[in-house]
Amino acid sequence: MTTSKRRSFREPSLLTKILLQLAAIGILITVLFPIIWVFSVSLSPLNLIRPDGLNLIPKDATLEAYLKVIDRPTSNPVSFIELAFNSLKIAGGTALASVSLGVLAAYPLSRLAFKGRTFIMLVILGVLMLPAVATLAPLFVTLNGIKLNLPILGAFNLRNSQLGVGIAIVSGSLPFAIWNLKGYLDTIPRELEEAAAVDGASQARIFRSIVLPLALPAIAVTGFLGFISGWTEFYYSWMFLTQPRDFTLAMALSAMTGTYASAIPWPLVSAFSIMLTLPPAIVYLLSQRFITGGLAVGSVKG
Amino acid sequence: MSIFTRINRRSLTPYMFIAPALVVMAIVTIYPLIFQFWMSFTNYGLANLRQGAPAPDWVGLENYVKILTSELAIPNYSFLRLFLYNIFWALSNVTIHIILGVAIALLLNHPGLKLKRLYRALYVLPVLIPPIVVATTWRNMFNQDAGAVNMLLAMVGQIFHIPPDTFKLDWLRQVEDPISFIPLPLSYYAMLIANIWLGWPLNAVVATGALQAIPKDLYEAAEIDGAGKWASFKTITLTYLRPAMVPFAIYGFVVTFNLFSLAYFMSSGGPFGRTELLVTQAYRLVNERQLYAVGAAFAVVLFVILLTISLITNRLSKATARYDDF
Repeated sequence: MTTSKRRSFREPSLLTKILLQLAAIGILITVLFPIIWVFSVSLSPLNLIRPDGLNLIPKDATLEAYLKVIDRPTSNPVSFIELAFNSLKIAGGTALASVSLGVLAAYPLSRLAFKGRTFIMLVILGVLMLPAVATLAPLFVTLNGIKLNLPILGAFNLRNSQLGVGIAIVSGSLPFAIWNLKGYLDTIPRELEEAAAVDGASQARIFRSIVLPLALPAIAVTGFLGFISGWTEFYYSWMFLTQPRDFTLAMALSAMTGTYASAIPWPLVSAFSIMLTLPPAIVYLLSQRFITGGLAVGSVKG
Repeated sequence: MSIFTRINRRSLTPYMFIAPALVVMAIVTIYPLIFQFWMSFTNYGLANLRQGAPAPDWVGLENYVKILTSELAIPNYSFLRLFLYNIFWALSNVTIHIILGVAIALLLNHPGLKLKRLYRALYVLPVLIPPIVVATTWRNMFNQDAGAVNMLLAMVGQIFHIPPDTFKLDWLRQVEDPISFIPLPLSYYAMLIANIWLGWPLNAVVATGALQAIPKDLYEAAEIDGAGKWASFKTITLTYLRPAMVPFAIYGFVVTFNLFSLAYFMSSGGPFGRTELLVTQAYRLVNERQLYAVGAAFAVVLFVILLTISLITNRLSKATARYDDF
């Protein structure tokens, strides 16, 4: 009796196996359904007023929506490449700034005892709790009051510029970067650093030759997360920017869908959605191993 | 000195490392927050924005009073409704995410299931899609005339000989509540469906990790002791899942509570602002209404609410026991 019971514990019946497989496939269909739908609509001809049925490959399937997206996705005279370049500048710049400043700050917060440490940690934690929307008004008003005159860029209002959007993003992403990197450094054993200190290495030397290489996975992950949120950043750019040459991908997508549902350019929106999603998704899939290893905390600012 | 590296207590080294970040944070994070606090007691508006404009007047607590007593001069604004809906939105979502996440993790962990790795890889796809794309896509999916949801319902309905026009649902704009005794608009259910699609996969990932850490011999021991399937699920599986799921549920609650993208892009808060969240309302006050001072006060109120939530959840997570002391 025991043996048969043990076997049933290890080897499920054929019926159970089939039901399990059906359940898993059913779930997979619900996961993939919206993705496949967007893909199928994106292949429709541009003169399609609206999708008239559920077809995997639509009638008269064509890539003209993609060509139109590349050429001129919105009514503004900007191409996809220009929009993508703007998003890239904002995402790359803010990720680089917050990670490089963040890792410098994370090191003493994780390793060194100094006056004011607890206070600084509490301030960062408090700021992390705020959603990005919560500092919109003061940042808008303050940046709007600053007129800059720079050598190459000329005179401009800091609010109505990508630099201003970048500053607003860093205001939220820097505290997150410090917190995430500090959390990761806390998990790295200290023996190497202590040995180096005994041998007379300076703090700067220890940081450069030991901590920095060890923290590389976390630096990459924090940078990646910062890049992703910058790539599709919406609140600040939508509020701050008014000149079409500064517009980003997320702004273009939002402008396309508009307020009136009947006017949706279906194939165009779908093709644009796919092209906006692919770059970060590909980077993620290629570096998946790296990313799950370097994530120290589970808090992401929304 | 305990865990910290031994350095001279008066050494300037730590400050040299941290100074660049602190200076930047002081200017772009701390100063705006203090400025925001000051702004919230004034009537800062569009008239004070242009250069050389007069400074705003001090109005004391007026903005706060107007926000909390729903006296703001904007349509469909009620603080209490906004707050209660926001709490309910987060709670209902997270409850469903966790139940589904655990159930699907159990399925993925079942010894009789083939192709586990493939399912695991494909199930997390929603997480890789940017929030703005997710929201736009679901908004289009729920479109009345051309959306995939109504078409799918009509297709299924045909099997049961229900005329396809029954399923011309105006998901995101219908004013009447679909279930008469539950005061929630149809757009809530649409957003719930979209957010379930988006939310359960990460819960399943966390639950799968916790399930794989359960020693298999525990189940065999329980079986020898005569415990049934349900008893061993309750005593072993749930006990091991709890320490992983409780912190993740709290994290999920805060994320869902502040989930801007669906409420903003899918329903635009409608109908009549009934699916508006605190964060989208805060954004609209500043972006659409140009009520900068009111927006600042609203952000301070939001901060107090989030602080209270995190103090409560901190308590909760401490109150739940860890499995290693059992």
